[in-house]
Amino acid sequence: MAETTTYKVIGTRPIRHDGVDKVTGRAIYGADVQMAGLLHGKVLRSPHAHARIRSIDVSRALALPGVKAVMTGADLPPAEDRIINLGEGAVNLKYLSNNILAGDKVLYKGHPVVAVAATSPHLAEEALALIHVDYEVLPPVLDVREAMQDSAPLLHENLKTKSLGQETDKVSNVATHTQFKLGDVEKGFQEADVVIEREFTTATVHQGYIEPHNATAMWNPDGQLTIWESTQGAFTVQRQLAPVLGIAVAQIRVIPAEIGGGFGGKINLYLEPIAAVLSQKTGHPVKVLMNRAEVFESTGPTPGSYIRVKMGATKDGRVTAAQAYMAYEAGGYPGSPIGAGMMCIFSPYDIPNVLIDGFDVVVNKPKTAPYRAPGATNAAFASETVVDELCEKLGLDPLQFRLRNAAKEGTRRPDGPTHPRIGYLETVQAALDSDHYRTPLEGPNVGRGVASGYWFNVGLQSSVSINVNADGSVTLVEGSTDIGGTRASIAMQAAEVLGLKAEEVRPIVADTASVGYNDVTGGSRTTFASGYAAIEAAQDVVRQMTERAARIWKVEPPDVTFADGVFHHNNEADQRLTFQEVAAQLGRTGGPVTGRATVAPRGVGGAFATHIVDLQVDPETGKVTVLRYTAVQDVGKAIHPSYVEGQMQGGAVQGIGWALNEEYFYNNTGAMANASFLDYRMPTSLDLPMIDTILVEVPNPGHPFGVRGVGEVPIVPPVAAIANAIYRATGVRLRHSPMSPGRVMTEVLAKG
Amino acid sequence: MWIPSLLQSLTDGVDKVVVSGATVGEIIDHLEARFPGVKDRLVQGGEIRPHIAVAIDGDVSPEGLEQDVQESSEIHFIPALSGGR
Repeated sequence: MAETTTYKVIGTRPIRHDGVDKVTGRAIYGADVQMAGLLHGKVLRSPHAHARIRSIDVSRALALPGVKAVMTGADLPPAEDRIINLGEGAVNLKYLSNNILAGDKVLYKGHPVVAVAATSPHLAEEALALIHVDYEVLPPVLDVREAMQDSAPLLHENLKTKSLGQETDKVSNVATHTQFKLGDVEKGFQEADVVIEREFTTATVHQGYIEPHNATAMWNPDGQLTIWESTQGAFTVQRQLAPVLGIAVAQIRVIPAEIGGGFGGKINLYLEPIAAVLSQKTGHPVKVLMNRAEVFESTGPTPGSYIRVKMGATKDGRVTAAQAYMAYEAGGYPGSPIGAGMMCIFSPYDIPNVLIDGFDVVVNKPKTAPYRAPGATNAAFASETVVDELCEKLGLDPLQFRLRNAAKEGTRRPDGPTHPRIGYLETVQAALDSDHYRTPLEGPNVGRGVASGYWFNVGLQSSVSINVNADGSVTLVEGSTDIGGTRASIAMQAAEVLGLKAEEVRPIVADTASVGYNDVTGGSRTTFASGYAAIEAAQDVVRQMTERAARIWKVEPPDVTFADGVFHHNNEADQRLTFQEVAAQLGRTGGPVTGRATVAPRGVGGAFATHIVDLQVDPETGKVTVLRYTAVQDVGKAIHPSYVEGQMQGGAVQGIGWALNEEYFYNNTGAMANASFLDYRMPTSLDLPMIDTILVEVPNPGHPFGVRGVGEVPIVPPVAAIANAIYRATGVRLRHSPMSPGRVMTEVLAKG
Repeated sequence: MWIPSLLQSLTDGVDKVVVSGATVGEIIDHLEARFPGVKDRLVQGGEIRPHIAVAIDGDVSPEGLEQDVQESSEIHFIPALSGGR
């Protein structure tokens, strides 16, 4: 279907359905929610990175006029030390609950401790100042390698290292050890002519979404709880919230507002249980908003990491072995994306001998959250820099080297499974053929770098229903938060099946009471999986509408054929009814038509990207200026090419920020020193050139239209590509990210 | 079935075995009969342990032990992704 069909809607660039609301400021975001009797919540957060809570005195705050309620962790139901399955992953209920409001310990600066509801946000803030928390301050540990030492301060008294179902006897900050092994890595290194081993570190980085976290809750006396908020997954909030509050899933309705960015950071619970309990205590709706400092200090960044990579290759450029030791900071509670990083680090290559050891380590920083291909950017920084160094030692063009070693259909990944049909080779070839790569780079202190990246993508579960209106337009009801244009990409897939224009399918993102279950918008799954559901729901509509056409003609459904939006009578060539004509007669032919589909599709198909960057390094300041950037990606089939390009550009820009500037600066007490956008330096449009894109379309056989997820893999190659380009410009290999001006200058000066 | 490297101490270093069974659960039972101790490392409370996912022919299955397998299926145990993405 994907390779042979000419599409009418797919591949076009219609205006997004929600565009007018967005550009006119009419779209309703979480902070816009208003209602009668609304109270405002504020949260008192720990000033210490590591401390035991001896006591909390809220009496003066409660006495302040206008303060309606105060809550601590003790107001949440006792959290059991047990694992709950959320469909898209498992979490420890005690850790989840204690991260919302601390139990007996605070584990990072910014850890929530007490919450207040008052008649105004200013009163609530004033009340926070009246609360006294007596802390026993403990030494923090902020670096993953230090946290792994036997002498390190321990965050959790009962945490032992789990290693595939086995637990060590010793209490430690190392939560898990995971290992992947292929072949015999020692034998592979013996077969190599060149072996390179290097160490890499990456700083803690935030997703940097523009809209801060928010939640408004109304807990009715009948026990029904409604939450309005900005989230990547309304159903995931519902499923997390139920065990945290000790109530049934059916008691909770989550109404998603528009979302001002998420990138993985708006999946975990933060404010929802606080708003809910404060509402329960007061009988009023309660809204809680974070400010920017709270977002930085109290929500999940992506982990800092230490990675050691060793790779060997023969003189003719064949990789014979690869080994990695990867340690990721999980933050205060276990759960870094170490597994995902391990799955991605060597997966672009066909390597017979691989050994990867990965460690999930708790440190006194905020609990990490997913960030666009979580764990993969750190990993690719290490592996793709070593690949570049191998190419240099062997005198091979880095893209030709990748062509020689590229993973393809049937190549076994280090984590075990083989790749299905993938388009990695095609991205490398497209990069080689690009105007960018074929254009010589000239000038002082300039360099060109390339790097590739892999993200496996996920499928999970989606539901869609489609209601046929009397004029032949349709309303598509989905439950996937629209972060990057998925209203359009899902509606377009339904339109293609229904023979309608994209504009004739009106998509709405519904709440948890109004559509079947949907997993999060994440894992690059939405256009793939919710699109899959839209296709099947549209096919259900076609089946029902075919029955209606048959009824109008008084024939059996098999006597009717549907094509391009028109029903044809198989036995009478002049008999035809448009979709709109049948829709107009629904009332007379059996009543409304609603198509439905629920799916848990497999065959997600992995995504690959290859990026090229030209840059210039200022020899006096170390400042790196990106001159030209091209992102090449196998996108499967681009449903709406503009939004695919937007994902590629956005991912590349975030990766560039990660590479050049973004990091949490901590002082030695564990306090973040740059918790504002003034000091946490993200790239702006003034910093960067246009990001050029090359869309390579190798259809995913696991999807009817060939869709692959596209949103995450573009953030994987940039850090490595920039490190490789800086080397070409300066002769210095940087192995710590970000490669900020100070670090570049330090290394350049050290080289002499 | 591919034996995760961290379980190969229980399988005398064997990294893949052919095991009969119509479901993942049956296959693990048969594996346990051959290599005692393996089941406890993979299964807890009648389910695949948290933080472990089972992949059949490269696709992660949400059905766990109940997942049907074909005669030629490849089975892998890989890290489950926690906390969403």
